[in-house]
Amino acid sequence: MAQDTLLTVALAVLLLPLAAFTVMIFAGKRLPRQGDWLSTSAIAAALILAGTVLYGKLTLYHADTLALNFTWIDFHDVPGLGPLRIVLGIALDNLTAIMLVVVTLISTLVHLFSIGYMGGDIRYSRYFAYLGLFSFSMLVIVLANNLFLLYVGWELVGICSYLLIGHWYEKKSASNAAIKAFVVNRVGDFGFFVGIAILFMTFHTFSLSEIFDGIRGGHLPFGSDWWLTVSGVLLFCGAVGKSAQFPLHVWLPDAMEGPTPVSALIHAATMVAAGVYLVARLFPIMTADALLVIAYIGAITAFIAATIAIAQNDIKKVLAYSTISQLGYMIMALGAGAYTAGFFHLVTHAMFKAGLFLGSGSVIHAMHNALHHADDHETDPQDIRNMGGLRAKMPVTFWTFVVFTLAISGVPLTSGFLSKDEILAGTLAFGSLTGHVIIPLTGFLVAGLTAFYMFRLVILTFLGEHKDANRITHVHESGLVMTLPLLVLAALSVFIFYSVDPSGFTPGWIARAVERPESTVPLRLAAPSAGVFEEVLGHVHLTAMLLSLSVAGLGMLAAFATYYWKKISADAVARALAPVHAFLLNKWYFDELYQAVVVNGVLGLAALLRWVDTWIVDGAVNGAGRVTRGVAFVSGKFDTYVVDGLVNFSAYLSGFFGLVLRKFQTGRVQTYVLFAVLGVMVFYFIFRLV
Amino acid sequence: MEPHILSLILFTPLAGALVVALLRRDASRLIKTVGLLFSLAALGLSVWLFLQFDGTRGDMQCVEIIPWIPALNISYHIGIDGISLLLIVLTTFLTPIALLASWESVSVRLRGYVALMLLLEAGTLGVFMALDLFLFYVFWEFMLIPMYFIIGIWGGQERIYAAIKFFLYTMAGSLLMLVAIIWLGSYAASLPGGTFTTDLLRLYAIAPGIPMGIQIWMFLAFTLSFAIKVPIFPLHTWLPDAHVQAPTAGSVILAGVLLKMGTYGLIRFCLPLFPFATFRFLPYLAGLGIVGIIYGALVSMVQPDIKKLVAYSSVSHLGFVVLGIFALTEEGMQGSVIQMINHGLSTGGLFLLVGMIYDRRHTRLIKDFGGLAKPMPVYAAFFMIVVLSSIGLPGLNGFVGEFLILLGSFRSPFLDSPWYAIAASSGVILAAIYLLWSYQRIFFGKNEHPDNQTLADLNLREIAVLVPVVFFIVWIGVYPGTFLGKSAASTKQLIHRIEETRRGSYAGAGLAPGHEVRPGERR
Repeated sequence: MAQDTLLTVALAVLLLPLAAFTVMIFAGKRLPRQGDWLSTSAIAAALILAGTVLYGKLTLYHADTLALNFTWIDFHDVPGLGPLRIVLGIALDNLTAIMLVVVTLISTLVHLFSIGYMGGDIRYSRYFAYLGLFSFSMLVIVLANNLFLLYVGWELVGICSYLLIGHWYEKKSASNAAIKAFVVNRVGDFGFFVGIAILFMTFHTFSLSEIFDGIRGGHLPFGSDWWLTVSGVLLFCGAVGKSAQFPLHVWLPDAMEGPTPVSALIHAATMVAAGVYLVARLFPIMTADALLVIAYIGAITAFIAATIAIAQNDIKKVLAYSTISQLGYMIMALGAGAYTAGFFHLVTHAMFKAGLFLGSGSVIHAMHNALHHADDHETDPQDIRNMGGLRAKMPVTFWTFVVFTLAISGVPLTSGFLSKDEILAGTLAFGSLTGHVIIPLTGFLVAGLTAFYMFRLVILTFLGEHKDANRITHVHESGLVMTLPLLVLAALSVFIFYSVDPSGFTPGWIARAVERPESTVPLRLAAPSAGVFEEVLGHVHLTAMLLSLSVAGLGMLAAFATYYWKKISADAVARALAPVHAFLLNKWYFDELYQAVVVNGVLGLAALLRWVDTWIVDGAVNGAGRVTRGVAFVSGKFDTYVVDGLVNFSAYLSGFFGLVLRKFQTGRVQTYVLFAVLGVMVFYFIFRLV
Repeated sequence: MEPHILSLILFTPLAGALVVALLRRDASRLIKTVGLLFSLAALGLSVWLFLQFDGTRGDMQCVEIIPWIPALNISYHIGIDGISLLLIVLTTFLTPIALLASWESVSVRLRGYVALMLLLEAGTLGVFMALDLFLFYVFWEFMLIPMYFIIGIWGGQERIYAAIKFFLYTMAGSLLMLVAIIWLGSYAASLPGGTFTTDLLRLYAIAPGIPMGIQIWMFLAFTLSFAIKVPIFPLHTWLPDAHVQAPTAGSVILAGVLLKMGTYGLIRFCLPLFPFATFRFLPYLAGLGIVGIIYGALVSMVQPDIKKLVAYSSVSHLGFVVLGIFALTEEGMQGSVIQMINHGLSTGGLFLLVGMIYDRRHTRLIKDFGGLAKPMPVYAAFFMIVVLSSIGLPGLNGFVGEFLILLGSFRSPFLDSPWYAIAASSGVILAAIYLLWSYQRIFFGKNEHPDNQTLADLNLREIAVLVPVVFFIVWIGVYPGTFLGKSAASTKQLIHRIEETRRGSYAGAGLAPGHEVRPGERR
């Protein structure tokens, strides 16, 4: 295959879901079966093409990056800047090629699953249309070779997430969650955007490769080392939002209001992993300090979320916190320099976490139907305290769920074992290289917690006794359209698809295809190089593996001891540690804190400004109007009584004199003679006196 | 190109107003049809103009000049560059839409209404075409009159208060502009061998040399007048009243076109005529733009009335335009130009949508709605697209403008600090909050109010009104090059001229050649 062909096929992968969206949004309702077959076959075709692209890329152009550009806005020659244009372009390297397959694969399986899960939904075709738009937007992120297009895809997946979380918008909680997701993400994107703008200002381009070249050439933002680190951290803010990292993780648990297949696709496997992908893409410009920030944010997130997951009772909430925790894991791995491990975990996690969500969807679907059958509208179908004993009723869901749980816990022979092990080894190497031992400590602790809460979930959901014997008779295994995706994902959670060596000592094909890129930052700012890192990694690998196996084993043991054998009473522990339990149950009170400070702060400020606007800014205008009217009133009176008064007065005066003098104008000669004589006499006397 | 194309476009609506005025008072269908046809004719002509316009040239095109008052060298001088071209097309595009939108909602004194709408269009077109300051001033004031009556006669409860406030506020500002125009003309006459002139192109060469002490006052007089129209914080309070009281079509034209006269004035007059005063004041004006962005968004967030909410969002969106203008970079200026168009489409679109629900429910209070997505899915879909455009979602138009403005202000050598752009970017978060929140309260949740349960979805006429708006929202979002290409050379020339001025080509302002004026520098 020629390079152009490969790129054309990649473009076809990108555009197929967009085409499906366009048809579905306009005509979906009128198609037979509301067009679910159309969406599903479009994405399945995209999957086949993506597989071809991956195969072609790895076999023919293993080490190359293929690119395709076209100019979107051209400013031609800008004075003092040179030519300036905004170019849209796609690039195909191994990272991209693998992501293409991951995204289209999960999307295809979720489409299939949705046919069963969403059957009879009021907005069935709209749902599939949005799935198509999401797949397209996610592929834009994956394929973009520049920050501009990446940002476009970034915002588009955000809006798809908004639309799909709010799918059942009649529920207030759903539309609230949708807004929360979008706005919290925008907070992260604010930092992301500023980071992009700083790089654009420095390099006058959005192209990643040109930015890398610029930094490699010693050109830094504002000419300062510090600003290079800051730019890296600002760009990472985008990942903090999208990958639900501390302190912006609060939107993801609420996002579970969306349909469960959506949670699997967007809020577990792909979109939330976009942040990890972003960090991987931008890895070459991250300074050691920026990477340290990233590693710590990841570690804090992984720890907080894992502790919260222990205390949750909603099946999807447990999985949501588990997702946050695992994303923190990947971010931590990238920050620690375990680039390949972080990305590898993204891929394996996509499979087993999508599987866990779809499995939970299958359970919720069955519970919902059973409750519906029993005419019970009180019981929460997602609360694991209402479950138990589902194993016999839903064998396929149960066994696949177990496989996924083993994988996420890092049990040997699973994919999760391979990737998790590499992450832990990487953090250990990082700890011994830099002295930041908290990172590996958190890594192992979280591994133990993960095994614990996941087995707690399995035991409470599937094992033991069901709470309501009447209800359980109505619980049924889901149909093939829902179980098939589970089986496929379970298969893909086995080691063999990633490496022939289940021990993880020989690197699998992903590790060979995705090597850690060279850093472009000046040497004085760079993290320990890949070579140094690999060397230390070789020393600690076995230790890491043994440690990780032990903590996972301990976690499982504790879960069985507490919830299956009931050797330890969970209630007693909760009572003994009541404040801690309440703290975890309430998710460390993040929502309450943000509500009190941020939400109320913004709304309070808005209300204050509205008051200012009405009474002060507009008050001044109306005041000016009133003053003018007052002045006008006074001058009106002045005009009436003084100015016009004077006029009238003088008229009156002349009238008065006229009236008086008229008396003299009698028209008789005698009178005039009399006046003349009198006048002469008066003058005579006056002259005499003078 | 047809030599009198501009006059043709300008006089088509005027002729339409005249014809409509001659029709029988009760022939309402005929009146509406004739009015619409004339506005469509103007649209057709301006589309032709758009296609013929040479986007590679930055100078004035289609220039017409006819002496008018020879004693004062005042002439009927019109012409356009790429920036005015886009605004002219926007005006002729929105007028038929506004007429069609009020097809059923206006029935009293219909003849006067249609005639005034056409007069308003003509006045606005004149403002965007005039190349003589006196002619500009005539159009600027002329357009107030139809708008005053449209608000005052066909408006809501408080229409008289709003109409008078609108009229007086704008009038107060523009009187100072008139003084400055006369002052400018006299200054030209005072130069050795000079004559009194209000010709813009001649003043472009003269005005930058005006001594700084005088230039500042002239700049302030012009800017005040334009700032009221934009409106720039804190001169914005006439806007919510005017918007809330105006009938739908009035709001559409007011938001879509009239506000742009302010920003257009800043670009066309303040910047090139008074570059040194611009350098002196631009940090403050850009700062006010940012205050507008954040303040407008916050105040909008807590409005109970949808129309008021949209009105305050205008303050926020136009803050971006002001910031982009005073960044004095090509990206910023191009972003501002396209953002003016975007705002016309998205805010105009929002007013159209609000008008449609007002026609049905006769209330604009958000709390009276809820769950409308169920009875009115098509309406909800259109509303969503326009809201997303207003939020700045990539792929829709709003994103292009905001992105370019923020980039331009980020690297602006005049603002010389990224903090302007950083502060402005926060407005993007706030926009998402107030728009999505109000959308939620109107469309989501359970539909509980009995009057809301039986609402009819949009009819064909209403869909026909919205489709063109949404069409261009998507077009500009996906490929803005069609439109930016027309204004590129003009903005480039404008920025170049200012750039050259900064390098000290004008000794008249008391600057040594080569001396660079730093932003905010006092002299």
